[in-house]
Amino acid sequence: MTRLLAHLLCLGLLLAGASAHAEKIMVAAAADLKFALDEIVTAFKAREPGHEVEVVYGSSGKFHTQIQQGAPYDLYFSADIAYPRALAQAGFAASSVQPYAVGRLVLWSASRDARQLRLSSLTDPKITRIAIANPKHAPYGQRAVEALRAAGVWSQVEPKLVYGDNIAQTAQFVQTGNAQVGIIALALAVNPTLSRQGGYALIPDQLHTPLEQGFIITKRAQGKALAQRFADHMRSPQARAVMSRYGFVLPGEAAAP
Amino acid sequence: MLSASDWQALWLTARLAGVVTLILLVLGTPIAWWLARSRSRWKAPIGAVVALPLVLPPSVLGFYLLLAMGPDGPLGQLTQALGLPPLPFTFTGLVVASVFYSLPFMVQPQQSAFEAMGERPMEVAATLRASPLDAFFTVAVPLAAPGFLSASILTFAHTVGEFGVVLMIGGNLPGISRVASVQIYDHVESLDYGQAHRLAAVMLVFSFVVLLSLYAWRAQPGRRR
Repeated sequence: MTRLLAHLLCLGLLLAGASAHAEKIMVAAAADLKFALDEIVTAFKAREPGHEVEVVYGSSGKFHTQIQQGAPYDLYFSADIAYPRALAQAGFAASSVQPYAVGRLVLWSASRDARQLRLSSLTDPKITRIAIANPKHAPYGQRAVEALRAAGVWSQVEPKLVYGDNIAQTAQFVQTGNAQVGIIALALAVNPTLSRQGGYALIPDQLHTPLEQGFIITKRAQGKALAQRFADHMRSPQARAVMSRYGFVLPGEAAAP
Repeated sequence: MLSASDWQALWLTARLAGVVTLILLVLGTPIAWWLARSRSRWKAPIGAVVALPLVLPPSVLGFYLLLAMGPDGPLGQLTQALGLPPLPFTFTGLVVASVFYSLPFMVQPQQSAFEAMGERPMEVAATLRASPLDAFFTVAVPLAAPGFLSASILTFAHTVGEFGVVLMIGGNLPGISRVASVQIYDHVESLDYGQAHRLAAVMLVFSFVVLLSLYAWRAQPGRRR
């Protein structure tokens, strides 16, 4: 009996030793990164066998709140660089705020040819439901409101708006056909599943303040080597290529017209 | 204290819960009656279906409802065929969803009330030549009245507490689908803890008072259930 216990203890120690070696990081990311970051993480994991990277997607504002409340995220990718800047100022960051991309808004539809759509088309009475992200805490929602106001269609369009909790739920409202048109992230619209349905039209970026995006390593990940390596990986040519492919304008590059 | 939009959310929540409770009183009673008296082999499966919302994650219900109510879903096709506007992101849509969501809270207390009554009162009524429908309303309903009251209170309170389903099919529209629980979530998300605290306190006090009155009333001496 004692022999058995001793063996179990050895086994336990072995397992503990093995898992202490493998590192694990948790990433909180804006929902517009869903497809791009999934690819980047897959490539990163292939380079770092045995380590774990978990990504949670949601609205940037929500993660901002959660990190202030001690949520266990090691890196935070925000669709609006203002959120990580505020966190860094409040002492929640272990790195400087790194800009990683500029996001673009598009009009997207699953039921009609969205390539012909303009913001002014949204006043069409045949379009009864338009989905945007919740402007209270989702950067893409805030910019969508700005663009609608700048295009001079806000008062006609506002009664038709429905609000997704984040940009991914906004896309889902459109994909299920419950809203005919959505204002979503270009990075989501170029995903093959979505772009096959109806295409998309870019919204001119002078209609809203830029969607400058940034990330930080959080305070709790200070000294975590894997978190630092993931941050470095984001600056690698491979990761930048993935981001461009998903329509992100990268820091230090000219914006597409 | 509370902002105009908070009051709007509270009023909307009360309206939603009230409408759902009334609809379920009508829909739930025959289901509960059947479940209480039937010996059919369908009793177990139907009972299980009625109880499903007790255990299903609201996201499962929300997901199915969103697809079902969409333009290609069965409910969406039905509303289209009837020339009605689509259900998602409307008050009517929320009512339909909440009827599913709160069904067991109405049916189960009613069913136990009918079961506790036994067969005897209805048999006596029949020997006095009361028609079954007549006997149901003049004998069964008064006898089961306490069960009806519990069922209505629980249904109302549970609908007030609905969150996940509303978030998935509501679209967060003020006065239409931004109920109190969603309004609190929004306050928290936008770091407005002061507003969140005030509205959350209202909900907490409301829920406690409802349950306290229900339990105090049930515990009265001489009252069955």
